Amino acid sequence: MRILRPIEVLGTLLKWPIEELGRIILLLSSVIKELFTPPLNIKNTLKQMFEIGVSSLPVVVITAVFTGMVLALQSYTGFKRFGAETLVGSVVALSMTRELGPVLTGLIVAGKAGASMAAELGTMRVTEQIDALETLATNPVKYLIVPRFLSGITMLPSLSVIADIIGIAGGYFVSVYLLGASSAVYMKRTWNYLELEDIYNGLIKSCFFGGAIALISCYKGFYTSGGAEGVGKATTGAVVLSCMTILISDYFLSAWLFK
Amino acid sequence: MIKIIDLNKSFGLNHVLRGVDLTVERGESMVVIGGSGSGKSVLIKHIIGLLRPDAGRVFVDGIDVFQLKEGELNELRRKFGMLFQGAALFDSLSVWENVGFGLMQHKKLSDKEIKEIAVEKLRMVGLVGVEDLMPSELSGGMRKRVGLARAICMEPEILLYDEPTTGLDPIMADAINDLIVDMKDKLNVTSVAITHDMKSAYKIADRIAMLYNGKIIEVGSPDEIRNSGNPIVQQFITGSASGPITIEGVRHEGDFHRA
Ligand SMILES: Nc1ncnc2c1ncn2[C@@H]1O[C@H](COP(=O)(O)OP(=O)(O)OP(=O)(O)O)[C@@H](O)[C@H]1O
Ligand SMILES: [Mg+2]
Repeated sequence: MRILRPIEVLGTLLKWPIEELGRIILLLSSVIKELFTPPLNIKNTLKQMFEIGVSSLPVVVITAVFTGMVLALQSYTGFKRFGAETLVGSVVALSMTRELGPVLTGLIVAGKAGASMAAELGTMRVTEQIDALETLATNPVKYLIVPRFLSGITMLPSLSVIADIIGIAGGYFVSVYLLGASSAVYMKRTWNYLELEDIYNGLIKSCFFGGAIALISCYKGFYTSGGAEGVGKATTGAVVLSCMTILISDYFLSAWLFK
Repeated sequence: MIKIIDLNKSFGLNHVLRGVDLTVERGESMVVIGGSGSGKSVLIKHIIGLLRPDAGRVFVDGIDVFQLKEGELNELRRKFGMLFQGAALFDSLSVWENVGFGLMQHKKLSDKEIKEIAVEKLRMVGLVGVEDLMPSELSGGMRKRVGLARAICMEPEILLYDEPTTGLDPIMADAINDLIVDMKDKLNVTSVAITHDMKSAYKIADRIAMLYNGKIIEVGSPDEIRNSGNPIVQQFITGSASGPITIEGVRHEGDFHRA
């Protein structure tokens, strides 16, 4: 019996995340089913898109501009040691489009829009509003989750593109105006090594992140129990799980997309 | 017609319903009474399929509620209107959008027409000039009545009321009782109402059922209940703290001892 104890502990430790993953996948399958069953709730979808955009845009802009600036600054001083400072433009462009644009916007949207989705759905659950939807013969997955999922997969790439552009602009500003690089060379380097595929694959990533954030946050909110305390737990749980999913899946997506 | 057969439901170790049997005829108004926490709300949620039982069945017009698939259940639910104990208003929608929610989802009407109907239903529950407010701006009793207006808005065949008059002043409570009686007399709705308010129960009930210890211990007309020989029923309807029903944790006079 003693010998089996560690296995038992391991089993209970693994049971919870595996169950949770199963339930998320079940929810995803009903989201996809409802997504392709007309009619689509366009009004709610636009409202959610607007909400994600408005809530996250200011933070995305500030984060992206400073990230681009610090990237330029750090790579300039580093590259100067072996006389490669003209490559700064390429470094900023490639890092922003391939990696930092999608991941940083993902983390920001998880913290802002993801948290508010989980809190809103969680409150609706504990105050029986989701039950009330059902009694009014309305499918809550279709009414609540599908619009959020759609806005996640469309708004995150849009915000990412903005972050890419603003990050590159920030890098340009630091290089040209503060470090005295030539504007023409910087722009040339930016375009030289940047391929359409970099942008495109970055957008695929952010599409995935957007879907994951919406799904995880809605899942956490939708299955909230235990009153106001439960809503709080669901909200932090949604942010933590979304961020972890972004960072972990980022590695695997990168390995797969940028072969 | 609603037929509940041997319904059992537990939450963890808490065995709430222990074999409930109850039949409500078409056009009949059934009132369920019982102590706080006895499972009345749980019972009513089974009728509309919001909760799934551990054992037992519920038939609505001969259809087994728990055998239905998602889409079929939604069809069945269109026959129902439900008032939740906590009103469960959608707090992101205005009062008239709450009341007209079912119309918005299922009928092809313009917003203007829906608002007109909603205003009319609000007037029926004694609310005038509140249609453009948000639920958070209403008092508890007003929320309850908006919930009631939402429940009756689609003119359902079956109405489930979870404590329709709690939180209302006596005059308003009586007006709501009249409304419930009207719904039955004029529209021939079948209804199940939960109440603690015996005055209301006598007024609106064709028959009264008492839920105690997870079972229906007595069903009968208001007169039969009033003259019931069952000491548990007698204690409940007369509202006495001493009798066969004991309240855990609440001390009787004799229990107080000096510090
Ligand atoms: N979702 C749930 N999860 C766990 N336990 C629950 C749940 N819903 C109800 N219960 C438990 O079931 C029991 C009955 O609850 P219910 O809400 O039906 O009482 P009630 O008869 O409506 O009481 P009241 O008159 O105070 O509204 C309670 O002990 C409650 O703790
Ligand atoms: Mg109740």
